[in-house]
Amino acid sequence: MNLKDLLEKRKSAIIKCWFDLVVETYPLDTSQFLKKQKDPFANPVGATISQALKPLFDEILNRMDHEAIAAYIDPIIRIRAVQSILSPSQATSFIFFLKKAIRENLRKELKDIEISNDLLVFELKIDEVGLIAFDIFVKCREQVYTIKANDRLNRAFGAFKRAGLVTETMDDTQGL
Amino acid sequence: MNVNYMFSLLAVVVLILLAYVGVEGAGLQVLFGVIIPYIAVFIFIAGFVYRVMDWVRSPVPFRIPSTCGQQKSLPWIKENKIDNPSTAGGVIVRMIFEILFFRSLFRNTSCRLNEGAKITYVWEKWLWLAALAFHYSFLTVLIRHLRFFLEPVPVCLQLLEKVDSFFQLGLPGLFLSGVVLLAAVIFLFLRRIYIPQVRYISLASDFFPLFLIISIAITGIFMRYFTKVDIVGIKEFAMGLVTLHPTIPDGLGGLFYVHLFLVSVLFVYFPFSKLMHMGGVFLSPTRNLPNNNRAERHINPWNPSVKLHTYQEYEDDFREKMIEAGLPVEKES
Amino acid sequence: MSERLKSDEDFSKIDLNPSKTGWMDTPTVIKDGMFCFAAKPQSVKTLDLPYSREWNPKHDDWKLPENWKEIIYEGMRDRLDRFRTFKIFMDICVRCGACADKCHFFIGTGDPKNMPVLRAELIRSVYKNDFTTFGKIFGKLGGARPLTLDVLKEWWYYFFQCSECRRCSVFCPYGIDTAEITIIGRELLNLLGLNIDWIATPVSNCYMTGNHMGIQPHAFVGMLEFFVDDIEECTGVRVNPTFNKKGADILFVTPSGDVFGDPGTYTCMGYMILFHYLKEKYGLEVTWSTYASEGGNFGLFTSNEVMKRLNSKMYAEAKRLGVKWILGGECGHMWRVINQYMGTMNGPADFLEEPVNPITGTKFENAKSTKMVHIVEFTADLIKHGKLDLDPSRNDNLKVTFHDSCNPARGMGFFEEPRYVIKNVCNNYYDMPRNCIKEQTFCCGSGSGLNASEDMELRLAGGLPRANAVKYVNEKHGVNMLACICAIDRAVLPPLMGYWVPEVDVTGIHELVTNALIIPGEKEKTVNLRGEDIPDKESDPDEYYVRPAFSGR
Repeated sequence: MNLKDLLEKRKSAIIKCWFDLVVETYPLDTSQFLKKQKDPFANPVGATISQALKPLFDEILNRMDHEAIAAYIDPIIRIRAVQSILSPSQATSFIFFLKKAIRENLRKELKDIEISNDLLVFELKIDEVGLIAFDIFVKCREQVYTIKANDRLNRAFGAFKRAGLVTETMDDTQGL
Repeated sequence: MNVNYMFSLLAVVVLILLAYVGVEGAGLQVLFGVIIPYIAVFIFIAGFVYRVMDWVRSPVPFRIPSTCGQQKSLPWIKENKIDNPSTAGGVIVRMIFEILFFRSLFRNTSCRLNEGAKITYVWEKWLWLAALAFHYSFLTVLIRHLRFFLEPVPVCLQLLEKVDSFFQLGLPGLFLSGVVLLAAVIFLFLRRIYIPQVRYISLASDFFPLFLIISIAITGIFMRYFTKVDIVGIKEFAMGLVTLHPTIPDGLGGLFYVHLFLVSVLFVYFPFSKLMHMGGVFLSPTRNLPNNNRAERHINPWNPSVKLHTYQEYEDDFREKMIEAGLPVEKES
Repeated sequence: MSERLKSDEDFSKIDLNPSKTGWMDTPTVIKDGMFCFAAKPQSVKTLDLPYSREWNPKHDDWKLPENWKEIIYEGMRDRLDRFRTFKIFMDICVRCGACADKCHFFIGTGDPKNMPVLRAELIRSVYKNDFTTFGKIFGKLGGARPLTLDVLKEWWYYFFQCSECRRCSVFCPYGIDTAEITIIGRELLNLLGLNIDWIATPVSNCYMTGNHMGIQPHAFVGMLEFFVDDIEECTGVRVNPTFNKKGADILFVTPSGDVFGDPGTYTCMGYMILFHYLKEKYGLEVTWSTYASEGGNFGLFTSNEVMKRLNSKMYAEAKRLGVKWILGGECGHMWRVINQYMGTMNGPADFLEEPVNPITGTKFENAKSTKMVHIVEFTADLIKHGKLDLDPSRNDNLKVTFHDSCNPARGMGFFEEPRYVIKNVCNNYYDMPRNCIKEQTFCCGSGSGLNASEDMELRLAGGLPRANAVKYVNEKHGVNMLACICAIDRAVLPPLMGYWVPEVDVTGIHELVTNALIIPGEKEKTVNLRGEDIPDKESDPDEYYVRPAFSGR
């Protein structure tokens, strides 16, 4: 059995382990809430994470299409980018937890040199996903700052400007 | 190890040993059987009354019910008379639901998203169910104990016992309430240990009464079903207490005094602690007031007089600009 | 592998372990994006509130008065004597945890100190220490701790991370209301001059100029006259609002946020068109005031005294102008104040008449003492009696859902009126899931004066549960418009949607109403108030996914 088949076979166990590792980045009682509360509206964070990991895993395993991967990671990073309880490294680190989740679940099989080598290659893919996550994180943070800046400008000048109550020199306040 | 519950457990164990050794070792039956119970009842009543009076002493400046249903507005819009009462009658019904059926805990629902994005609602019922079971079985047990203090035993009490021992298991007949009480209180304890959010917010003072009640229930069950304590003696003892002619019959045993002492501790602990929610729930201003502020004025006894910025001052500040903008003014200059 | 990386546990968890200490032993770190800037001294001074000074929450030294502990102690004692709520809520919590996961800030930020019970426990611990025998005997085991500078900072940080939405109080078996605790916590902080600028400056503006924005009378008139031009351009009808007019039938008061912040401005135009319509058709005269030009009341987020000072202007102006009764615009906390505080604080309003809709003859029985009617109640009554000519197909480009604002929901019970109005002016309406609406509605994440810009991370995280439910109806039904009856919502939901669900835009209800309203003498309308094309009859709303003008994503 090659690595890919193995991963396919152990998929659900690996993903469950991965999910647990991700939510354990939150304080203990929060992480338990994220795991246990199955209501997607009462627990949007946990629901978002659990919904995204499976297709993300499939994508890494099969096509490795960057755009699709970005689409799967985006909702998770989007949340973690505004949770100041997490540092930037904590916010993006969850991608790399997949390595641990796989190694935990394939302990025995990894004694096989060939599979072990295949895994090293596979882990390069995970690294790549990590970089995509970094991109998205930065994009989200930039967006937060854009929102901040626009919020400030819009509320102060938007309508006044339209009403002609401020002069044209304020034009650069159009919004970023 | 959680220091909070370990401490509480230790405290209860110490209390048990204290009573047991005090009676069996030092022969302090009078202290544990008469003096402490009298003091405990006195502290309970005085403390309870004091706490409630203390709450009542503070006024309710604003009428701020939490509205949980449609308000009374236009005649053709159906109002929710219970969850958002506009009359005293509605408030009474709301309070009855709240106090007898724990309406707010009952509200705890959550929904699940199934395959195909179809929503189903799941009723988060365990806390509500356990709380209800706990309080009602406790009440039943308490009322059942009145048979020791009343002679002759009223018919309604005998009836209650009949219902309670509905399942004819063994002899003496098994009281359902005692079993349910123990089960519910153990559930409430496990909940505090296993649900991390609840563990995080739990204090030693939350575990203490749980251990206390667990111990009271266990000692009670033990006496009734296993050591088969001398009921006649206990009745004599209890009648002595209520008639203010305390006697100490022989052969009641250490376990009985432990049971009695723990109950005394619970009585003393009650008015100083969160257990006062029993009184407070009646007085909670977000529940016991109607949502009719716009129809009937609520009076604040300390309504403060405050400094205002009057229209005249405002016009003085902006008169010229107002005139220029064509706004009417009170004074032209 | 090197010794250090022997276990991948060490490797992957470096610096990633969240704290596992109890909450009392977990120090609070004040983080950027999670707090609002300190109040400017001038704003505090204008209101004669104590200890105005420059200070910075990020600095170690908050420049507190020497006897600050005494001030807090006395402040707490005073409030325990004046508020039964405070005393009871301090005493009877059993920490059952029913509220723990009901707070949008806890759900969104993941910070356990945002669980309502813990937020209350921050102050309850000090109460136990200073005011109860229990706490004095058992100390930390009984949940008591002394007031220290760190505790005070923690209060400040977390009492300004609560939007006073009262969702937790719905689930509490004793009705413990964290909003009430936060309100009193903020009153205490104000005793030391520890307000945030986004509250203090609007309050001081409102006190001096009549509205939060500090718009002076001529500018206020100027803005509305500009809207008159805009309305004419889009409808061909020239409306004629009156200001400070004595002898008008009704005084109209609405939050000033709608006068100058998009998309609230469209709601404001909606009011103006409606009043024009009622005047043309039925002769009803509604006047605006520049003195009472603010419906909102950030005093509620400062102290009950300040709330009273700002609120007093409505009755004072109604009395001066000699109107019959007051009509209030779409706003959230404004209606909490009007419904639960106004009559008590500044009544009795015996100089006004019991409100009757002169067009339909409906008596607003529920407002007979305070004499102030919600414009959505008013409009719902007009629609019910067929007094408005409506063409809902003009809103066919929209699939609408409704966000129940916290205050009208849990401080009033205002559920069916707005839905009735929306369903009569729009053909496509979809509710969000039941545990996200009505009394269980999720906050926008920016209420209670937290809608500053600098705390955007807090706002976006706190708004996640709301946005998540919107996203659901967006994906399921193609909803592209989020209606609301709150000026803060109209200001804060667009950036929130921009970040989480950019396909959805935000509107007030009266914008929808007047889009559907057939005004006497109107030209053939081709665009709505926003300048967007009005859809052809029987068009499919799914063709009209309007991206928000907001350029976030």
